[in-house]
Amino acid sequence: MTTEKKNISLESTVEYSKQASRATAKRLIRFFIRRLILLMITIVVGVYITIIVANMGGYVDTILKSAIREEVNMQVAEMSAKSNIPESERRELIESMIEEREKIAGLDQPFIRRSFTHLKNALTLNFGRARFMISDHGSRMVRNIILERLPATLLLMGTSQLLLFAISLFLALVVSRHYGSFWDKLIVTLSPTSSIPPWFYGIFLILIFAAWLKVLPFGGMVAAPPPPTKIGYFLSVLKHMILPAFSLFISSFMISTYSWRTFFLIYSSEDYVDMAKAKGLGSRAIERRYILRPTLPNIITSFALMLVGIWTGATLTETVFLWPGLGTIIYEAVSRYDTAVIVGTTIIQAYLLGITVFLLDFLYAIVDPRVKLGGGK
Amino acid sequence: MKRLKDSFRDIARYPSAIIGMIIVLALFAFSFYTMWKIPYHEAIKMWRASESIVYKNPKNARPTWVNWFRKDKLPVSVDVIAGEDDDFTKVSEPRASGGNSIEFVYSFDYDYNELPQDFFLYFTSNYQSKNPFVSMTLLTPSGEDIKIADIGITKNQNYRFEQDEKLRTRLNRLHKGNEPSTAMQGLLSKLGSDPFEIDKGTYKLTIQATTFEEGSDVDVELIMHGKVFGFFGTDHLRRDLKVAMMWGAPIALAFGLTAALGSAIITMFISAIGTWFGGWLDELIQRITEVNMVLPYFAILIMVGTFYSRSIWTLLLVTIILNMFSASIKSQRAIFLQVKESTYIEAAIAYGASDLRVVTRYMIPRVIPMIIPGLVSAVPSYVFLEASLALLGLGDPSIPTWGKVINDARTVGAQYQGMYYWILEPAVLLMITGFGFALLGFALDRIFNPRLRGM
Repeated sequence: MTTEKKNISLESTVEYSKQASRATAKRLIRFFIRRLILLMITIVVGVYITIIVANMGGYVDTILKSAIREEVNMQVAEMSAKSNIPESERRELIESMIEEREKIAGLDQPFIRRSFTHLKNALTLNFGRARFMISDHGSRMVRNIILERLPATLLLMGTSQLLLFAISLFLALVVSRHYGSFWDKLIVTLSPTSSIPPWFYGIFLILIFAAWLKVLPFGGMVAAPPPPTKIGYFLSVLKHMILPAFSLFISSFMISTYSWRTFFLIYSSEDYVDMAKAKGLGSRAIERRYILRPTLPNIITSFALMLVGIWTGATLTETVFLWPGLGTIIYEAVSRYDTAVIVGTTIIQAYLLGITVFLLDFLYAIVDPRVKLGGGK
Repeated sequence: MKRLKDSFRDIARYPSAIIGMIIVLALFAFSFYTMWKIPYHEAIKMWRASESIVYKNPKNARPTWVNWFRKDKLPVSVDVIAGEDDDFTKVSEPRASGGNSIEFVYSFDYDYNELPQDFFLYFTSNYQSKNPFVSMTLLTPSGEDIKIADIGITKNQNYRFEQDEKLRTRLNRLHKGNEPSTAMQGLLSKLGSDPFEIDKGTYKLTIQATTFEEGSDVDVELIMHGKVFGFFGTDHLRRDLKVAMMWGAPIALAFGLTAALGSAIITMFISAIGTWFGGWLDELIQRITEVNMVLPYFAILIMVGTFYSRSIWTLLLVTIILNMFSASIKSQRAIFLQVKESTYIEAAIAYGASDLRVVTRYMIPRVIPMIIPGLVSAVPSYVFLEASLALLGLGDPSIPTWGKVINDARTVGAQYQGMYYWILEPAVLLMITGFGFALLGFALDRIFNPRLRGM
């Protein structure tokens, strides 16, 4: 009798929890779809604003116009190569073709309509042709120039940021365990050093290790000529990466160690930590379950915000070290006044930022049970 | 008043705050001193480097402090006017046939192991129709008497030792086949030494001027372009880096403080108004903040700098606009939401306070202590932002800033040529500025943020 009752109640509990988990999954999916849509709108608006800013002086129009002109010129040159069309007639043909193409591209339309054309181009990564810059493979498409350089940036940023994340987190834990010790005080005292951007450390590091000690290269990504073997190539890249990665690392190291240490200290003064200590749990277990777990969302936030902020730092760090990434493209484009490339990189950065923010949201929802999914009534 | 006193007592408890405060105050003092010592328009004129201003400066000369760290001293630049210096005498005697016979004697010690860049003589004279005539000789420590030149001079005449071909030929002959590569090497090396060895000791330059008219007079200024110049050195355009190093301070402070203050205050108002009125306004502000987060802030600044204007004030304005809807709106909103529910706000509504009054008198004052640390800590980031743009070549073309000096140095390749001072000086100044504000901001954060107290 009693067992039967128990069974029923157990069944209903299982049934209930199944329902609950299905509901949670549904809510989770709804939440992400909602966030994704919201974020896509945000990115579209962000890119649109970027285009408006860029096109205030008609620069995007010019990019498109010059692309059309070049295309038509080439076409006509090809067409008339075998026939003898007189010069004046050819010019007329070119002009009329350009006019037609511009009409198709919507360049004769009012500004609002035109801006949406540009938006569509930008969202499909169709940035037109560069005026002067050429990608290493000889392409003049801005998209190719940018995409070709992206891996270098990701390599540098990925290495330095992961190292930074792991080392400073570990150190923060150690230091927070020895609150008030010499090392703890040192971290607190040195944390203002992070007010200095990475490129600035880069300049000093170049002066010390390249110019003075002559042990590491001034810049670049690989020795010229590149080593023939794969291992040699890898080692050469590694050697070139030491200084830029280190300057990215050092400029955020103190502040991130400091802020995580402070988080850990705040969380370790919570009542439930005292309770766990009173229960006699080991310090490792306390750290893992009662300190790290609740601070995880904060850790992820600061990590993602660091990633967001680092796109700026990377521009100049790469420039200072002549690292052939996205940042160097911007520098080259600015100094050669290549408008299409400048607009293209800006939009790519808007994309990257949007993706970072989205990933942040995503991770946040996974690690923080307190985040109410889908409005969770 | 008492609160203010308490805050000061709190600040005094943190040594880092005191150091930060001293640095910040020193920077302000330095800026005001600069504005008083070199007025703005004069600084701009000096930085444009017209020939009439920079002729006295050697090219790429290191700063004098370099010699403090060197055993082997570098020649210091010299600028002396005859008659105004004890080492440069002027003796004038009337001649029987009218006019004067003037003898200038400049004696100097040369104990350096390096050669100077050049010697210049700037003659000024007055006459009616007959040009004065000068002849110059140099007596070396070994007792050689080297004839330099005999020239007729105009009212404003300059004579550059390095550019005199006749002098070069004469020196080549004196050194007997072992041709010196510069006139300086020929003049200051021991005759017949191979390789060239600098003749150390006291030199005596004698300039004998003869004028042919009554009342006709000659004056001369001697300039030696050494290898060090002034406390800050010079750059590739012979500009004295002093101008940029000094004027960099007020510009950096003005840019950093205006940007930090401007964006912080506007952000505060936006979040207060949004929270107070709520509804669609709040929603709109939230959405704008999110869009602002994905805007590539630095890239947009680069675009503005390239396409529209490089003026520092345009960039300042754009910086403030892009920072208006910063992420701090979110954290401030949380506080304002709490404040909005408090009873004193209810009381204010009850006595009929207007919206504006509630926002400015009851809401804003609650967050002010919270934003001050962030504001102070944000100053360095704006100072470095200006430097970053300058490093990309987007600095304001007319204003001398620290970032622009670093950019110049890097463009010329100072780091490859050993001209480290050129990069180090602005870099150290930028670093001091950054540290000062950061130290102060960190300490303020711990004072105003009770959770961080004692941590």
